[in-house]
Amino acid sequence: MDPHLLRKLNRERRARRAVLHLTELEGGRDRVIREGDPVAGALGEAVAAAFRSGKSGVAEVEGRSFFLNIHLPPPKIVIIGAVHISQTLAGMAESTGFAVTIVDPRSAFATAERFSGVDLVAEWPEDVLKLRPLDSYTALVAVTHDPKIDDHPLAEALRAGCFYVGALGSRKTHARRVERLTALGIDAADIARISAPIGLDIGAANPPEIAVAILADIIRSLRRRPLREDAP
Amino acid sequence: MEGIADDDLDPLSIAERWMDDGRMVAIATVVDTWGSAPRPAGSHLVVDENGNFHGSVSGGCVEGAVIGEAMEVIGTGEPRMLDFGVVDETAWRVGLSCGGRIRVYVERLG
Repeated sequence: MDPHLLRKLNRERRARRAVLHLTELEGGRDRVIREGDPVAGALGEAVAAAFRSGKSGVAEVEGRSFFLNIHLPPPKIVIIGAVHISQTLAGMAESTGFAVTIVDPRSAFATAERFSGVDLVAEWPEDVLKLRPLDSYTALVAVTHDPKIDDHPLAEALRAGCFYVGALGSRKTHARRVERLTALGIDAADIARISAPIGLDIGAANPPEIAVAILADIIRSLRRRPLREDAP
Repeated sequence: MEGIADDDLDPLSIAERWMDDGRMVAIATVVDTWGSAPRPAGSHLVVDENGNFHGSVSGGCVEGAVIGEAMEVIGTGEPRMLDFGVVDETAWRVGLSCGGRIRVYVERLG
């Protein structure tokens, strides 16, 4: 392995950007591919599949054998709102491999008793996201129902290209939210990325079931996401 | 990354640190698994010229053999593909007790 490639690979991983180390197993020639870098033909298809699935493996292309080692940043979920839905969602999300942070400035909601073992921050999202910025391997779930708390992180999530952005509320509530986000200067195409009403439509009837619908929606968005084509 | 203990770093970060310290390094990578292999494809074990190592390619079953091969790869610079399974009677020595099979690619850094 080329030392420069190792440095590049580690730099990308530290920056939480998806990256793939490609090695031709005969001869050992290797290269580092960032998400969105063009790779032609059947090898390109194998590379794209690895970026989507996060699974490393060998690909045989035109009689040549390649090892594709994919490094996806560990996916995170930031939940705005320390509510009943979040209690179930946090536990299930951690079981399925997501790192979870819950943010809610209302200290009556954000208590250690209700969220033991969860990374819980009882501060305004504006302040928290300055220190812990969102990125494309983070899902943002806004469930407080309060525009004062939800709107800013929703706008930030769309700007940061979060792979999932969901907001709790009826169609009517969401229509008013769309107006407010438009007034903040967010593009209609970006606003349309918000999952609202939040979660897959499974007829969820109570907060824990809504949590299931949200998590399924997040997993679908992660595994079926379009790949970035403008990687820096 | 000064001040971070080796234990807090993953194998590829360790490899970079060892390289910066002027050590010769080999990287072993699980490229294929069959059956109940304990570590998935993409897992790394890094080894220096003195046999210091970090990471794993199995549950500890074949690391000893991989480290020996890695030190030879550091010497020759020629990458190798290693195949481990429980297919013969020497399996108790360098095989996978879990019944799986793995292929491990070993290459020198630089």
